[in-house]
Amino acid sequence: MSKMVYLDNAATTKTSAEVVEAMLPYFTEYYGNPSSLYGFASHNKDAISKARKTIADTIGAKEKEIYFTAGGSASDNWALKATADLLGEKKGKHIITSKIEHHAIMHTCDYLAKKGYEITYIDVDENGVIKLDELKEAIRPDTILISVMFANNEIGTIQPIKEIGAIAHEHGILFHTDAVQAYSHIPINVDEYNIDMMSASGHKFYGPKGIGFLYIRTGVKIGSFVHGGAQERKRRAGTENVPGIIGIAKAAQIAHEHMSEWNDKEIAMRDHLIDRILDEIPYSRLNGGRDNRLPNNANFSFQFVEGESMLIMLDMKGICASSGSACASGSLDPSHVLLGIGLPHEIAHGSVRLTLSDETTMEDIDYTVDALKEIVAQLRSMSPLYEDFVKKQNNK
Amino acid sequence: MYSEKVMDHFQNPRNVGEIENASGVGTVGNAKCGDIMRMYLDIDDNGIIQDCKFKTFGCGAAVATSSMATELVKGKTIQQALEVTNKAVMEALDGLPPIKIHCSLLAEEAIHAALWDYAEKNGIKIEGLSKPKSDISEDEEEEEY
Ligand SMILES: Cc1ncc(COP(=O)(O)O)c(C=O)c1O
Ligand code: FES
Repeated sequence: MSKMVYLDNAATTKTSAEVVEAMLPYFTEYYGNPSSLYGFASHNKDAISKARKTIADTIGAKEKEIYFTAGGSASDNWALKATADLLGEKKGKHIITSKIEHHAIMHTCDYLAKKGYEITYIDVDENGVIKLDELKEAIRPDTILISVMFANNEIGTIQPIKEIGAIAHEHGILFHTDAVQAYSHIPINVDEYNIDMMSASGHKFYGPKGIGFLYIRTGVKIGSFVHGGAQERKRRAGTENVPGIIGIAKAAQIAHEHMSEWNDKEIAMRDHLIDRILDEIPYSRLNGGRDNRLPNNANFSFQFVEGESMLIMLDMKGICASSGSACASGSLDPSHVLLGIGLPHEIAHGSVRLTLSDETTMEDIDYTVDALKEIVAQLRSMSPLYEDFVKKQNNK
Repeated sequence: MYSEKVMDHFQNPRNVGEIENASGVGTVGNAKCGDIMRMYLDIDDNGIIQDCKFKTFGCGAAVATSSMATELVKGKTIQQALEVTNKAVMEALDGLPPIKIHCSLLAEEAIHAALWDYAEKNGIKIEGLSKPKSDISEDEEEEEY
């Protein structure tokens, strides 16, 4: 393809060259099994321990509180199911979460619900911020876990994590947060934010895919998720993904070194994008608040047009974006997040998510806005909803 | 995920637009995916479809199937137009992904709705045409694991 503008960094990011370089020796040179006795393999053991320390330092945790997993979904599944196992009989079967979680949380909750757990889904306001008073009211004596995502993957809304954690702890309830979109993008400190468990995933911040971690606070005694060998302090069996672990740690280190620089750059581009779209495309709206959102996320709805058509036309212009309309992703229902913030179906269907990276340029943004202007106008000209709307306007 | 023909009809849709004082207009939707299709027919005194135009709010397949459907009914008699089923539209487009089959049903239903409107306006009955649904959403059961 000639020109490509990649604006789907919330889906996944390019593994950075530095990360790949750090990983490579662990395929062909240091390929030993870290559990082996000989000196050749012990290098790997040290490398893993260093990587764990690097990551622990980024969130104010201890090295032994970081458990490597196969990614965000694996971490989310572990946190929820193992908490249910630990406390289901002892304390109760009630779990509180939000209406706008990622499917890794939602579908795990569905699974637990089938096993007899009761799940309360807390509403969000029009910007996607969880309603704290509803959260407080939902707490019961048998509540064992509150799980609320740090930042939303579709509309980028950052949740009041500190407050949610404080509420959980006031009531002696464990607090888990899915920080897959937030970790290594914005500062997180597990003590300051009252976090007991936290999920993260490497491929969302220029690291490799298929590697993530679950932070588990010391004293939280959830059991093993994958049974087998003694890896990960006997809590997650399986020969370590050494290159992946080296890669995620390298990516985290780079992201934390550059965090404020990248944030400033991305916020400037994101705000330019938002300003231009709202100014230049009529009947468009920004989903999620202007402030209090991830630096690299913008999500728009364009009235009278449908998401998949927009995505195909963007793709034809070399722009990779994603949609709030699930049409393109194998399910027909509109996004539960956009419905959760109160959008009617037909508006939720006409949504596009654009997520930037540190490699995005202002030219990319301007090119994308120009393309979107054309595409939206073209699709509106063939939309029966727009036709009806215009006729109604003319009859006024 | 789409065939070349689908992409062609999506990128260069035939017969987009409205017909003023159309002989028949039909609008149908699928509440599940939210897509909406509107067909305009211009039918002459001999019952030949002289012109057909469409407007669609929907996915790539919805646009392509409406475009293809207009091509298939143009110049046809009403009876021939009734034979333009969703299968015929799909075949003409070299197929659709399974999850997009309902989009072609929307096209078939939109033609029927426009013909129904024509029949009502003229106080006639069209053999083999029953009142079309305005919402075609089916409740497909998804497999659970
Ligand atoms: C909020 C959130 N949670 C979980 C996941 C799943 O992460 P992974 O793809 O690493 O399993 C994602 C990524 O799609 C996400 O955005
Ligand atoms: S997804 Fe419903 S018409 Fe295509």
